[in-house]
Amino acid sequence: MIDLKLSDPHFKWEIMKKEGGEGLLKCFGCSDCAASCPVRYFDERYNPRKIIRLTLLGMKEMVLSSPFLWFCAHCHACTERCPQGIKVAELINAIKNYAVEKGYCPEGYKMQLELLMKMGRLYEVEDFDLKKRQRLGLPPIDKTIPDVAKIIESTHILKVLKK
Amino acid sequence: MRKYAIFLGCTVPVRAQHYELSARNVARQLNIELTEIPGASCCGFPLKAVDAQTALLIAARNISLVSQLKLDVVTLCNSCTAMLSDAQAQLKNEDFRKEFKHVGLSYPNEVKVRHFVRMLYEDIGIDEIKKAVKNPLRQLKIVPHYGCHYMRPTELYGFDSAEVPHTLDELVRVTGAESLEYTDKKMCCGGSVLGVDEELAITMSNHKLSIAHENGADAIVSICPFCTVMYEDNQRKAEAKFNKQYGIPVLYYPQLLGLSFGLDNNAVGLKFNRIKPDTILEKSTAQNQRSS
Repeated sequence: MIDLKLSDPHFKWEIMKKEGGEGLLKCFGCSDCAASCPVRYFDERYNPRKIIRLTLLGMKEMVLSSPFLWFCAHCHACTERCPQGIKVAELINAIKNYAVEKGYCPEGYKMQLELLMKMGRLYEVEDFDLKKRQRLGLPPIDKTIPDVAKIIESTHILKVLKK
Repeated sequence: MRKYAIFLGCTVPVRAQHYELSARNVARQLNIELTEIPGASCCGFPLKAVDAQTALLIAARNISLVSQLKLDVVTLCNSCTAMLSDAQAQLKNEDFRKEFKHVGLSYPNEVKVRHFVRMLYEDIGIDEIKKAVKNPLRQLKIVPHYGCHYMRPTELYGFDSAEVPHTLDELVRVTGAESLEYTDKKMCCGGSVLGVDEELAITMSNHKLSIAHENGADAIVSICPFCTVMYEDNQRKAEAKFNKQYGIPVLYYPQLLGLSFGLDNNAVGLKFNRIKPDTILEKSTAQNQRSS
C-alpha cells in the first residue's frame, strides 16, 4: 500500500542529481521496461516501472529499503526499448548508488569493495595460478594493484559506507 | 601485423585461462599481436552499483594505461567491455576529465575499446577468417550466446543489433558449424543476480540451457567468463533444480574458432572445460580425418 503522507517530494530531485538519474521525469509509465526485463520475466517481485513510479511519488524508504532494487541485472534490455529515451538501467543504478549513500548497501557489494581495496582485483592470484599460467605459456600478472585503493580513497564512497 | 592491447580483467586470467589461451592462439593464427597492459586492474564494473563514479575512475585508470601504449584495447569479458567503453565515453565530459586529472591520470592518446570478438568481426572480417579455417566443423550444432554487454547499450557501442544480433552467428558459421536459430537469444545469463538471489539466477540460466537442450545443441558458445559461470559451472545446479539432464558443453568462441583452424585440443585448452566436450572432440576429429 502506498501512503502518500510518507512521500518525500525531494527524493526525485536527489535521484536526478546522480550519475544516470537525469531522465527520471520523462517516464510516463508505459511499462515497456518491465515488459522487456528478463529478470521480471522470471520474478515479478522485480519491476523497473514500479521502482520508477515509487521514486516519482517520493516513496523514498520503500524504494531504498527494497531488496528487489538489487535484482536489476543491468542488462540494458529496458534502455533499448524505452520510448522516452530514458537510460533505464542507468537510472536504476543511480537509485542503487543513492541507496548505498543512505545505508542500504548489500553485504556482497561491500565485500567486493574490500577485495578491490586489498588487491585491485576480485579474485586472489595465488602462486598456483601463476604457475599454471606459466605452464600454459601465458604471461605473468600482478598479484595486487595498489593504485585501485588510492582511487577508491579519493572518492566519497568509503566515508559513505562507514556512516 | 595488427596490434592491440589486451585487457584481461579479474575472472579470465585466474578462472578462465582456456579462454585467454585460445584467444591468444587464435590471434596468432590471424597475425594479430596482443600486448600486455602493465598495471591493469579490475575494470571497475563490480563497484558500479555501489558508486558509478568510483567504478568509472577505476575503468578510466585502465584506459589511461592503454593510452600510454598508443594502442586500441580488446577485452575478453562483456562487462569489462561495457565498463571500459563507458569510461572512454566519459573522458569526453569535462567534469569527469577534471576528476580524472585530479587523481593523477592522463589520456594522451585516444583509445578505442572493443570486445575481442567484435575486433575479429570488424578488423579481420569473415572473409579473412574463412581463409584460416582448415578444419570446418560441419557436424556441430551451436547455440551462440551473446550476453548483454556485447551489443547493449546501442548508444555506447553502435555495433551489431540490440534486438536481432547476428555477428556471433556469422562468426560461428564461418567455422563450418551450424549456428542454431532459437528463441530468447538475447536472454541474460542471470550472472548479475547470482550474488543477490541464487535461485533466480539459476532459473534464468536454466532457460537457455533448456532451449539449447531441446534444439539438440552440441554446445553453447559464450564470449563472457561470467556467462560461462552461469551456463557451465552452474549447469549442475540448474539440472538439480529443474530435474533435468543437460550435459551441454560450453565453449568460448576462440576455442571453437581454434578447432576450425586445426589447432589441437591443448592449444585451445579443451581439458579445462568443466563439462567435457567429448562430442565436440569426436565430431571435430571425424571431420579432420575425412578432410585429410
